[in-house]
Amino acid sequence: MAYAAGVDVGSTQTKAVVIDEGGRIVGRSLTATGANVIRAAEDAFREALADGDLREEEVEYVVGTGYGRYKVTFGNTQVTEISCHGRGAVHMFPATRTVVDMGGQDTKAIRVSARGEIEDFCMNDKCAAGTGRFLGAASSALDIPLEQLGPTALRGERPVKISTTCTVFAETEVLSWLGKGKKIEDILLGVHHSIAYRSVALLWRTGIEDEVTFTGGVAKNIAMIAALEREMGKKVNVSEESHYMGALGAALFALDHIVASRAPVRARGVTP
Amino acid sequence: METESKHDGIVGRGNREGARLFREWFDSLTRAAEEDRGGAYVFVMGSLGELLRAFDLPVVFPEINSLQTAVRKVAHEYLNEAEDIGYSPDICGYVKADIATQQRGGQLPMGRIPKPAIAVLTNACNTYIKWAEIWERMYHMPCYVLDVPGSRADGLTPGPGDRDFDNDRRYVAAQLKELIGLLEETTGKRFDIDRLRESLVHANAMNQGWQRVLELNRSRPSLFNALSDGTIYLGVSNGFRGAPEGARYFTELVEEMEYKRDQGIGTLVDEQYRLIFVGVPCYPIFRRFTELFTEHGGTFVNSTYLWFASGGSNLGFQYDPRDPLESLAEGVLVGVRDAMDSMFFQTRALAGMIDDYAADGIVFHPIKSCRTVSTGLADNRRALMAMRDIPSLFVESDMMDRRVVSEAQMKNRVDAFFEGLASRRQLAGAGRGEA
Repeated sequence: MAYAAGVDVGSTQTKAVVIDEGGRIVGRSLTATGANVIRAAEDAFREALADGDLREEEVEYVVGTGYGRYKVTFGNTQVTEISCHGRGAVHMFPATRTVVDMGGQDTKAIRVSARGEIEDFCMNDKCAAGTGRFLGAASSALDIPLEQLGPTALRGERPVKISTTCTVFAETEVLSWLGKGKKIEDILLGVHHSIAYRSVALLWRTGIEDEVTFTGGVAKNIAMIAALEREMGKKVNVSEESHYMGALGAALFALDHIVASRAPVRARGVTP
Repeated sequence: METESKHDGIVGRGNREGARLFREWFDSLTRAAEEDRGGAYVFVMGSLGELLRAFDLPVVFPEINSLQTAVRKVAHEYLNEAEDIGYSPDICGYVKADIATQQRGGQLPMGRIPKPAIAVLTNACNTYIKWAEIWERMYHMPCYVLDVPGSRADGLTPGPGDRDFDNDRRYVAAQLKELIGLLEETTGKRFDIDRLRESLVHANAMNQGWQRVLELNRSRPSLFNALSDGTIYLGVSNGFRGAPEGARYFTELVEEMEYKRDQGIGTLVDEQYRLIFVGVPCYPIFRRFTELFTEHGGTFVNSTYLWFASGGSNLGFQYDPRDPLESLAEGVLVGVRDAMDSMFFQTRALAGMIDDYAADGIVFHPIKSCRTVSTGLADNRRALMAMRDIPSLFVESDMMDRRVVSEAQMKNRVDAFFEGLASRRQLAGAGRGEA
């Protein structure tokens, strides 16, 4: 059995996935990226191997992705996370034609073909409003752990209007709403609606085609799923592996290389 | 042997000569500044260089001066200086760099520019008008705004014989006569129509050459990179409009391109993807921006920039020296209208460009500090996608301000764009049964 791996070095977290020849995930890991990007990639890969009870030699091909993809020094090649999220999403939900990936510092709208190739994409530009970082700022201002943001927001009934378009100023705005006596739940619901609004505006640039799959770390947030669905007026697919979708896509590209390297070489024009 | 010697050094001559002419131009501007001779401040979309030459006015292009500060990596100093005296970070970077240049007594990395004796501008860019008003307040010199009627709707571009067109031409011609009076008053020189005729003959050679050079880049492999090389040619097209040096330059440039076409000499050794660029270049990382694409075997075969920033020279308009003023009016009308259409009604023209140049992809580059060329690009892209099945990249940065240019983010998008192009090509190959 041959194995392929993908290592997704993101701005805040590094994810690694090992898959078997059938494209099934056999090992995964997630670690903080931190300052030493090379080490983060190595650690994530090592932990994914341990998770799958595998040895490094059993992995035939490794693809690096994410902003730190060129720091996956043990990798065989690099593919952007835009391609990888598209590929991973279609692998998980084959009818996917639109992917919205929300990560730590960027949000991507990706339109994909039936095979998961990119047809079009758009990303937020040099501003982290509408990304996971925006939630981080709210979490910090309200002193609520990130994983509690979604459940808390869902208890909101009268969402406030978050007018700021800047993550840096988000904390100030959240605090000002607190000062006006608004409930934390309503403030957080407003924050989620604000992010969803910006993300869907991005999605309109590429066009929203059924089915839509939501990937990235923020896809674990149930209030964000609800906010996106509300904003688009349609359901989104969310996988248990959404956080690993980029790494999974990278691993699938790695598997392509393994399969291609085994294909019999034909001399063009000689063998039909 | 004779053929070889004739073509010695012909490849790359346009770039070398362009750089030389630029140096000479700035040397002459520096001399004018030192001798306190005022210049004519003009803009790329409708410079009227043909007419200004007849008055021996040194021609100053603030847009070109400003972009040069970005290419030479000092734009931030100029931008900061303008912002320090109250100009907003949100306004045109070209304006701010020019304000700082004026504050520095005209000093630029390439030389020194004279103060304006007059500013001549068109309505092709809304910022031109406010920009000239700043000089007016600084120097109390005359500013002439030539109001050039644009297309009333997409594709509605009537020509001679059409009532609306003839009215528009008369309207422009009347303004030119008014401008001539103002130029006589400003320079103290009588207008010499024969000198205008001479300029128009040179401009004809330049227009014809520019149109031909652009056409020649339909060759495969493409002969020049529309972004990097094209900008050099564009500089000459603007700075030497109506000058004998400009006419010679473009005649020789056509010769160089024809030679490269005949010899199969491309701008890239291995051209993989032919791309079209929409917008204004990213001057703060000018070379690197191009490399982001050439590293993948992508080259820009044409660009809307080479149209609108040439003031419509791409049309190859030919003036009639027998009727210089009416003909100049017609040329200005047609050229400036086309420049505006290249920004505001570009979709159908882009579809034609894709077909004519066999483009594989198209890159939209909106920029923060020029809303004139950037507003609507997202919609234009969608409209174009509905007309042509071609991959596109939408990547934002700036033409001046390094603070809003993120190379890492840009590279990520460019890499993903090429991944999409590659998989598309692979699929097309598989569809044709290629291994």
